[in-house]
Amino acid sequence: MKLAIKLENITKTYPGVLANSEVSIKINSGDIHAIVGENGAGKSTLMKILYGMVKPDSGKIEIFENNASMSSPKNAINLGIGMVHQHFMLAKNLTVLENIILGIDRPLLKNIKLSKYKSEIQKVMELYSLNIDLNQFVDELSVGEKQRVEIIKVLYRGAKILILDEPTAVLVPQEVKELFKNLRNLKNNGVTVLFISHKLDEVLEIADEISVMRSGQMIDTVANKNVSKTELAEMMIGKSLPTPPKRVTLTNEEVILKVENIKLNDGDGRTIFEDITFDVHKSEILGIAGVEGNGQKEVVEAIIGIQELHSGKVLFKNTNLEGLGTRERLESGISFIPEDRQLQAMIMDMNLTDNVIIGRQNIEKYKSSLGTVKTKNAVIESEKVISTFEVKTPGTNTLATALSGGNQQKFVVGRELEDSPSLLIASQPTRGIDIGAQSLIWEKLRNSRDEGLSVLLISADLEELIGLSDRIIVFYQGKLVKELESENVTPEDLGGYMTGLKK
Amino acid sequence: MKMRFRLLSVSAPIIALTISFGLSSLILLIIGKDPYETFKIMFEYGIRGKSIVSIVNRSIPLYISAIAVAVGFKMGLFNIGVEGQYLMGSLVAAYIGAQFSVLTPLHILFIIIVAVATSSLWAAIAGYLKVEKGIHEVISTIMLNYIGTGLIAYSLTTIFDEPNSDYDLPRTQELPETGKMPPLNKFFNIEDLQDLHGFLVIAILVGIFYYWLVWKTTLGFDLRITGSNPIAAKFSGINPKRLVVIAMITSGAFAGLVGLGPLLGYFHRFTIDFPTGLGFAGIGVALLGRNHPFGMAIGALLFAFLQRSAQILDLNDVPKEIEQMMQAFILLIVVVFYEVIRRFIVKQQIKDASKRTDE
Repeated sequence: MKLAIKLENITKTYPGVLANSEVSIKINSGDIHAIVGENGAGKSTLMKILYGMVKPDSGKIEIFENNASMSSPKNAINLGIGMVHQHFMLAKNLTVLENIILGIDRPLLKNIKLSKYKSEIQKVMELYSLNIDLNQFVDELSVGEKQRVEIIKVLYRGAKILILDEPTAVLVPQEVKELFKNLRNLKNNGVTVLFISHKLDEVLEIADEISVMRSGQMIDTVANKNVSKTELAEMMIGKSLPTPPKRVTLTNEEVILKVENIKLNDGDGRTIFEDITFDVHKSEILGIAGVEGNGQKEVVEAIIGIQELHSGKVLFKNTNLEGLGTRERLESGISFIPEDRQLQAMIMDMNLTDNVIIGRQNIEKYKSSLGTVKTKNAVIESEKVISTFEVKTPGTNTLATALSGGNQQKFVVGRELEDSPSLLIASQPTRGIDIGAQSLIWEKLRNSRDEGLSVLLISADLEELIGLSDRIIVFYQGKLVKELESENVTPEDLGGYMTGLKK
Repeated sequence: MKMRFRLLSVSAPIIALTISFGLSSLILLIIGKDPYETFKIMFEYGIRGKSIVSIVNRSIPLYISAIAVAVGFKMGLFNIGVEGQYLMGSLVAAYIGAQFSVLTPLHILFIIIVAVATSSLWAAIAGYLKVEKGIHEVISTIMLNYIGTGLIAYSLTTIFDEPNSDYDLPRTQELPETGKMPPLNKFFNIEDLQDLHGFLVIAILVGIFYYWLVWKTTLGFDLRITGSNPIAAKFSGINPKRLVVIAMITSGAFAGLVGLGPLLGYFHRFTIDFPTGLGFAGIGVALLGRNHPFGMAIGALLFAFLQRSAQILDLNDVPKEIEQMMQAFILLIVVVFYEVIRRFIVKQQIKDASKRTDE
């Protein structure tokens, strides 16, 4: 069989980090080949090398059995390699057609012959059985459709090798099915697909061959039919999987958070969400499911006082929170893990001692009567968080930016659980981090729940949502459409409610 | 470890200084002057006793102005209006201070309070406009500078003008003896030189206070996290609007002190030739000193040294504008090298952290 890609002994080091160490891999032409590994295993670096974004320190690259050296993505595109990034590179105020031809032609002053492009693109779409309305504005497309636009864009540029970076991270189950159908079509038409993921179920469903990476090294490449999920997971993390602790549901009758009929409008008077009513009990994890943009993020922001409600009320331990600022709400015993740790939770150019104070800077533990920061207490607390949450860092004086994503997230979760809050609002608490950090955070959340903490959990990871929550509520188009006991819910069920297909 | 990073940070201004000397030499060569001779004359003139007193006196308002700017910079707020704020404060303080006489320390304290109150009120307008009307502080403070200049010109010729004066130009009445700050010459045994402004003591205290405020207090912590990451700051419970107003008022309060060194130590009244431009010069000093109280002190002394020592150049037939070019070179280059070194330090820290992870 012909090889699409052959890499030999690829090594790439960044200051202090060996991103790829002697990586060799062979990818058959016309295969769907998955590369799995934890965050930081070196997958992204390897893909960037393949796409010409990063130059390896040493090693050999062959594309379709010819020596290749890529110095830029343009180079890679000319060799027939196309990449669909995790975050789409689309101009949302342009149509699909305009997006696809964007950057192809440079007609400074002459007319763009749209009809010519249109028929060419339609040929490509027919060939690979990909469907989309070329005249629609990208803004109006669903996430899955946007991704399809990216794929068409790359194919139209003549890609024979398609690299997909975590393509399912943003999709609901139904969209994943659609994507996989499309990928199989591509395969049948001779396109080689390189599929990067850490979701093992999906990889096992779609891939012909699977390569596993761990700490910069290529562990092994195996045929799909010869491997089980457990074996893959063990190859990925290098040790036996931690078994999740048995769930003991102690849900209490006492209501900690009561949300009544809340409604929020945006600046233009459009409704972001309305008629939202739910309770969170003591010692309960209430999960919120919803595709991004259906109001769940704003509900959380309204609860912590960043968004001002149009109507309705929020009661925390029977106190109406109306009129209280974010600071008062946080100090009254609500902890908050925002979805983006680097943008919302930490100050990247400050050290861990400073970062442990954030959100609590005015409580007595950290503020003296003179108004000065009690640095000693901050050092003690950050040391505590570092040791109980196994944060890997040279010390408390290290800048937050120097930590890996998983360690940053462990630190944030640790900080928020430190003062034994009554309610924790956790938005995407394990997004984009490695399995080790993820299972530690899950364990800590479960333990805290068992000790009486109430948790409002928002997660795009449906397995996480089902596995951790006691109950789940589903948001769709700004409304609470369904409440479910998490015991017998499947991701497919949830996906149905989240996309409005099921009611 | 920390020591190593500190040394690195210090290297940026030294590199910038060296390069800008090089570039200035180049320009001197192009216009046919000997750079070595020029710098030698400047240096020899700059280290004379008289010059040193003048340099210190010049650096006092520069330093305080830099601090006023730096308070805003720390939270990402650009107070370009220090200029108008200090001039307004100085004028009102000079006028009110001349209306009465009490014991010197009380009198001076009173003048300080009036200047600080006036300047911070003037600055608060920009804070209010930003918070309530969404007007960017750069625009509003620049406009307020113009408005301030007009107001000063008008009021100095009318309400604040010295009554029954036979002096041609408008000026406020002279401060009574109790309102003049005694010089420090006797403490340094330099009574043969010109007055060393007593306001030096206040400037040093202001530097210490600034350090305490920004690095030790919770308010300073809020300023710094808002400066680095306004979104995280908001999520941590900081009310950004309130903080903008507080920072603007604090910056204006420091600005109020800028004009007091010259006012209390030399001019003793507000006149047409009262020093201007100190507010803008402070922006440069804050950049050079990276908003650090010690760095800004060095920066203020350096700029004051360049300004003073350039005075001799005209006598030697070298255009003294070369000094302004040097200041500009230093600022441009130092900004670049601070960023280069900041990135290097972050890289080193990442390296250290990943080493730790491997263990």
